[in-house]
Amino acid sequence: MGQIIIIGLNHRTAPVEIRERLAFPPEAMGRALRGLLERESLKEGVILSTCNRVEVCSLTRQGFLGTTEVKEFLADYHAIPPEELNGYLYHYEGDEAVKHMFRVASSLDSMVLGEPQILGQVKDAYGYGAEFQTIGPILDKFFAKTFSVAKRVRTETRVASSAVSVSYAAVELARKIFGDLSDKTAMLIGAGEMCELAARHLLSAGVRGILVTNRTFERAVKLAEEFGGTPIRFDELPVHLKRADIVLSSTGASHFIIRKHDVEEVIRVRKNRPMFFIDMAVPRDIDPDANQVDNVYVYDIDDLNNVIDLNLEERQKEAVKAEEIVEEEVRSFRRWLDAQQVTPTIITLRRKYEEVKNVEVAKAVSMLGAEDPRTRKVVESLASSLLNKILHAPIASLKKEADGRNHMELVALVREIFDLPEASGRTEDGDSAGTGETTRE
Amino acid sequence: MRGRPGPGVLLVRLPFVNYNDWMHVSLLKGTTFFYLVGALLYLYFIVTRKERGARLGRMFLLVGVLLHTVGFAFRYAAAGYTPVTNLFESLSFFALSIVGAFLVAEVRYNLRTLGAFVAPLAFVFSIFAAFLPGEIAGLAPALNSYWLPIHVLLLFVGDAVFAVAFAAGIMYLLQEKQVKRKKMGPLFKRLPSLDVLDEINYRCLTIGFPLLTMGIITGSIWAEYAWGSYWSWDPKETWSLITWLLYAALLHGRLTVGWRGRKAAILAIVGFCAVLFTFLGVNLLLPGLHSYSNLSR
Repeated sequence: MGQIIIIGLNHRTAPVEIRERLAFPPEAMGRALRGLLERESLKEGVILSTCNRVEVCSLTRQGFLGTTEVKEFLADYHAIPPEELNGYLYHYEGDEAVKHMFRVASSLDSMVLGEPQILGQVKDAYGYGAEFQTIGPILDKFFAKTFSVAKRVRTETRVASSAVSVSYAAVELARKIFGDLSDKTAMLIGAGEMCELAARHLLSAGVRGILVTNRTFERAVKLAEEFGGTPIRFDELPVHLKRADIVLSSTGASHFIIRKHDVEEVIRVRKNRPMFFIDMAVPRDIDPDANQVDNVYVYDIDDLNNVIDLNLEERQKEAVKAEEIVEEEVRSFRRWLDAQQVTPTIITLRRKYEEVKNVEVAKAVSMLGAEDPRTRKVVESLASSLLNKILHAPIASLKKEADGRNHMELVALVREIFDLPEASGRTEDGDSAGTGETTRE
Repeated sequence: MRGRPGPGVLLVRLPFVNYNDWMHVSLLKGTTFFYLVGALLYLYFIVTRKERGARLGRMFLLVGVLLHTVGFAFRYAAAGYTPVTNLFESLSFFALSIVGAFLVAEVRYNLRTLGAFVAPLAFVFSIFAAFLPGEIAGLAPALNSYWLPIHVLLLFVGDAVFAVAFAAGIMYLLQEKQVKRKKMGPLFKRLPSLDVLDEINYRCLTIGFPLLTMGIITGSIWAEYAWGSYWSWDPKETWSLITWLLYAALLHGRLTVGWRGRKAAILAIVGFCAVLFTFLGVNLLLPGLHSYSNLSR
């Protein structure tokens, strides 16, 4: 048996120059994983490598030794002197490591709290481990648990809900104004990166069509092609404006290209059908006073950023709930892990039959009816030596197998035939997700 | 008079059903409890965003409506006429229509947040009714007519539809304020899109307005039979006309000039206030030909 350890670095502990040097590209994963397990004390291993973090998760016979060996492995593999690496690496053992992985997969440790990609990346890392057979029963169970924790966090808290990027915030607002976007048309004025991104998000949110205009018509044609939209000449913008429900603008113009008066005009022509203007230009393209017109909503870049700040605040609040879930699941995993260990199994075994012995001795003494301390002593020693002799064999083989390949099967077997409870010192019993299996994995 | 089968009693009189007053009165008043719990559950849903709240809330309203309908049918059988002739009966029936209209709207638009605004409204009418004496008082001779159910039911169902438009209007104003001022409060995520709320406003108008119109027309025909004049500017008639004009203006504005959004929401709210005054204000404050259902009866 052993201990789960995690050694790694992330965007908070290491600059990108270090992170990119330590990264493991997918094609090198096989060689890296095999190299990792060549180390003396490492029994199982998974490597998670993303642009924001590199983490080596391993099952080791001995925590301290394992940590040293993983560090050596990282240094050797990437040919970086260990002293240089040390300042950037963090390491966790046991429950701390379990907690860390749960938090990473639930996106509580991410640069953008609640971002959804990390879970997929953890799943990939697990996939490599499975492919190259560096995952044993413990890490297998550990990662299964990790995924279920991440799922719980996602469904039970709103850590991942609500937009935290400008372009997503724009889509979210459009949805609150228009509901269904499938019969709505967007217009893209100018070509800013953020605008194009928002247009892409709008398209995938189901917007029916996109009109594209630019001072240089060729650029408009090219962008329109890219989006499957319609190019429009810049001087014809006022004519076509009425067709657009959502207007995204980011030109380099030094003055408003759409004034309040234009908006009043166009909303009248549209018979008050609502319009949503998203102004990503600095200086702004759309007169902010146009927001006062009924059924017109004008958001500039600062407004969108404010929306995002609010959403981030909400995520932070939700993260507190998520941390509670993680803590709870760490305890639940600890109970499962304990049940797999040799020593606690021996203790539970002994304790159980000690109790049986005490009850039987008391019964025998009372049947003999003798208050004579000598009788009592004889009965007691008889029971004790009987118990010790019976338990000697199972305990001896458990101890012998403690570090062996199939100790888990043996532990499970012993627990099964002696009918031992799942774990000793259970503190709470509310949630038992994933802790139910004592017997096999 | 009690228990006398009136014109058109369709119910078979079952031997094991006690037709004494307590049965239907307690059913009609008892549903208040279901509307209360339903309203609370919907409010719980809008605060915590727990789906279970909305699901349970709908269940309670549904059971409430069923019991309410059964109670209504019993009372009909017991009284021998459509029981919408005094304040207790009409408030109770109004609550029933509102919950019914809401449940239809909820299924149609899958709009659970609407419940947090409509169900409390139904509860208020229901509890108001519950505090009034529930005995069958007998039918005033002038009301003994086939026109009674037609006239009154058309108007109450129409008013219930306007109640849904009223709730949607309030939700629209709340949501629009947040989007316009760019201050997203906790309600922003919970409330539906402006477009859906405006759509409900329009739908309710196209259903409620014809009902209101037909209710007024049938009333006027009945008035000719009963009082010898199609229109006599009695307070209820006058206020009905004001209500009708308000909704007519809204419908006209929507269809021709493209009124929508805030303006339409505000008019739906004002219109429903007129509905309430026509129904309750006139009954309680302004005596006239229609004074069948004031508090003294």
